[in-house]
Amino acid sequence: MNMLEVKHLSIAFGGLKAVDDFTVEIEKGRLYGLIGPNGAGKTTVFNLLTGVYKPDSGKIILDGQDITGKSTIGINMAGIARTFQNIRLFRDLSVLDNVKAGLHNHYQYSTIEGILRLPRYFKMEKAMNERVMELLKVFDLESEYDTKASNLPYGKQRKLEIARAMATEPKLLLLDEPAAGMNPNETAELMETIRFVRDHFDMTILLIEHDMKLVSGICERLTVLNFGQVLTQGETSEVLNDRRVITAYLGE
Amino acid sequence: MNKKTKKGLLDNFMTYGIVILAWVIVQVLIGTGNITNQMKGLLVPLCVYVILAVSLNLVVGISGELSLGHAGFMCVGAFAGAFFTKVSADTIPSLQVRFVIAILIGAVVAGVFGILIGIPVLRLRGDYLAIVTLAFGEIIKNILNIVYIGVDETGIKFALEKKSNLGLSESGQCIIEGAKGIAKTPKASTFTAGIILVLLTLFIVQNLIRSRSGRAIMAIRDNRIAAESIGLNITKYKLMAFSISAALAGVAGVLYAHNLASLAAEKFDYNMSILILVYVVLGGIGNISGSIIAAVVLTMLPELLRGLNDYRMLIYAIVLIVMMILNASPGAIAARERLMERFRKKKEAV
Amino acid sequence: MSFLSCLISGISLGSVYAIIALGYTMVYGIAKMLNFAHGDIIMVGAFTAFTIVSSLGMPSMMGVLAAIILCTALGVTVERIAYKPLRGASSLAVLITAIGVSYFLQNVVLLIFGPNPKKFQSVVTLPGLKLAGGELSISAVTIVTVITCLLVMAVLTTFINRTKMGQAMLAVSEDRGAATLMGINVNGTIALTFAIGSALAAVAGVLYCSAYDTLTPYIGSMPGIKAFVAAVFGGIGSIPGAFIGGIVMGIIEQMTKKYISSQLADAIVFAVLIIVLLVRPTGLLGRKIHEKV
Repeated sequence: MNMLEVKHLSIAFGGLKAVDDFTVEIEKGRLYGLIGPNGAGKTTVFNLLTGVYKPDSGKIILDGQDITGKSTIGINMAGIARTFQNIRLFRDLSVLDNVKAGLHNHYQYSTIEGILRLPRYFKMEKAMNERVMELLKVFDLESEYDTKASNLPYGKQRKLEIARAMATEPKLLLLDEPAAGMNPNETAELMETIRFVRDHFDMTILLIEHDMKLVSGICERLTVLNFGQVLTQGETSEVLNDRRVITAYLGE
Repeated sequence: MNKKTKKGLLDNFMTYGIVILAWVIVQVLIGTGNITNQMKGLLVPLCVYVILAVSLNLVVGISGELSLGHAGFMCVGAFAGAFFTKVSADTIPSLQVRFVIAILIGAVVAGVFGILIGIPVLRLRGDYLAIVTLAFGEIIKNILNIVYIGVDETGIKFALEKKSNLGLSESGQCIIEGAKGIAKTPKASTFTAGIILVLLTLFIVQNLIRSRSGRAIMAIRDNRIAAESIGLNITKYKLMAFSISAALAGVAGVLYAHNLASLAAEKFDYNMSILILVYVVLGGIGNISGSIIAAVVLTMLPELLRGLNDYRMLIYAIVLIVMMILNASPGAIAARERLMERFRKKKEAV
Repeated sequence: MSFLSCLISGISLGSVYAIIALGYTMVYGIAKMLNFAHGDIIMVGAFTAFTIVSSLGMPSMMGVLAAIILCTALGVTVERIAYKPLRGASSLAVLITAIGVSYFLQNVVLLIFGPNPKKFQSVVTLPGLKLAGGELSISAVTIVTVITCLLVMAVLTTFINRTKMGQAMLAVSEDRGAATLMGINVNGTIALTFAIGSALAAVAGVLYCSAYDTLTPYIGSMPGIKAFVAAVFGGIGSIPGAFIGGIVMGIIEQMTKKYISSQLADAIVFAVLIIVLLVRPTGLLGRKIHEKV
């Protein structure tokens, strides 16, 4: 069964076709890579999938549900969560509160209950804290729960972003260059974490990455984007050996 | 985990504690006759400014939007509340009861204004939002300046520009009289009432911050795009902070109105909004107890400098500039850190 | 005919707003700060001219010149002492400091001149113009104000587009970091901007008080705020925007006073600003800024 089906997705900015006729199918539980040279339109695809931009044409179907044209919030509620190329954490909030914010739509109590500290407030806050600590354990962040997000080292900030996205209980997780700026050790650790997230939560993951070691190490299938168009897609090993892909990356 | 919650609770109780302590000290001072009349006259305004500063901090510090129209909400609350106490004087004999109802009315009316103004305003950002809030505050003041409301046997009457436009009967009474505002507001505000309202404000604001909604508000402040990506409703939570803050400003307005003999809209201009903003910024943006301390110190400062007569506002201005530079300039912050470093080293050497 | 004379007085008032707004918009564009003390520089300019002309009995051109020189010096000094240390601090901190400067200037003038309003003698002593058989009269102040405004606008535009220093200003307002890397003296450029803005405020102050002859230490704040509104209305940072904004504000204000209600004039000016910003969130000629995701 397919978790995500994207059909003929296109968007143009001014006269420039940033994404042109993008089509992809991702099976449930896959670790899928979206690669391509700089400016190929990868992040634009993410922005289209998450409703930051509205597509000019095409369809996005998540787990059998058409989510084309929905708002960013609606799409998150439907089950897509993401991280950002340039980390976007709630910098003045603690690690704990960052992830707790991700639980917002799943553990509800009203503002009045919160202000008056009614029993539901304590019950829900307790449940949230427990859930967050579970998640933080997965990402090896539990000892830093009280640290301000902006004080975390870079690698941990990336992990916290993934933890926050996972807190929204997505069906599909989008990772935008998760290894950017990491050293080889951190990248290796991150690969473990991503694989663990997939196995542990039975998650479908689509990631953008430039680090070929990470891509070839964990992605099962790839789509290559070049000048907004799909150059090729298929099994990772096949795609990476494709002459056209090598040319696209290295030039003629 | 518990450590954090406990730390939060401790912070909360600290602020309540300071406020209650202040009340006790003042009661002792009054009891022993060690307080000047000038100081006595400042007690209710102090509570008013503390409520205003704490509530504005909810918008500026917690929600991260610069508002220069806080006095407008205070104004609306003050007029709504004072109007009620005057109009109901015959139906409800107890002033205390009327005062309590007036506070609720002031809060609700100002809160509704907060929502109505917030919906268009919160679409803007940064300095644009600031100037539009200032504009709304001035519009409220200007309109109240030409509003006439009176009552006679036939009910409540409403007019603009001139008192005669009301067409009141002989026995009718004009309650809101344009630029003159409301005359002879009953003096219901006491220091104790003020302190109770301060505690109530703190209770609402602090509990809100440490709840699910407060977290959403702060998350949106820190990163709007990320907040949207995890399903937070930006408009809803910005509006929530804005309107709760407005409602509390309305409460402060009612308290203020019932402390003066007369109430004129002229008082609630942008200078008042700026004054409140000064408390918030000097007390530390987002820092609730800081707001309280700054409001108290800066309200008392001109009084304490009264001996210096003509020079007091000048000194106030210089204090403001110097404090801002010492507090916020990158150079001063670096110097402070160096000093701390040296201090630490000395300690280690010992 | 009364409509026409109302329109003319609107354009005249608008020209004053435009001159102040030009200074405001330049300072905002470069220093990225709401300079609440800008209005008080206007007041200082007017008091300087008042002292020179009315108290010392010197010719009015001397008064204008003295006001320009003093305000320019004042603007640069204020920037150096109060704003420069806060470069890199939060914009709110700078805003509060500007408010402190505003209180400071008001109270210094209050100490020197006292709280009683002064009668400001117009610096323009020429006779007015009578048109249409005396039915439409235009005062000389009005003519001088409008001409000054047009002149200022033309000189500023040329300065910014044609001179190296003007280009440096544009560069600093666009990206301060990059401007530094390109070898532009950022501190010098900011000081220059404050100097120009303050000189314009001095001119505006003299013209404003020539038209409305009362002078108090608080006279500057309302025109200051309105000029800022005009700058935002036109799109803050944009020079033609400030000009158009100023003129439109002036006309709306005078028209409201005449045809709707003199007490509601400010409210309507502000209401127009709100409507414009809701339709175009960055003002008439402001540029839209996209946040990249």
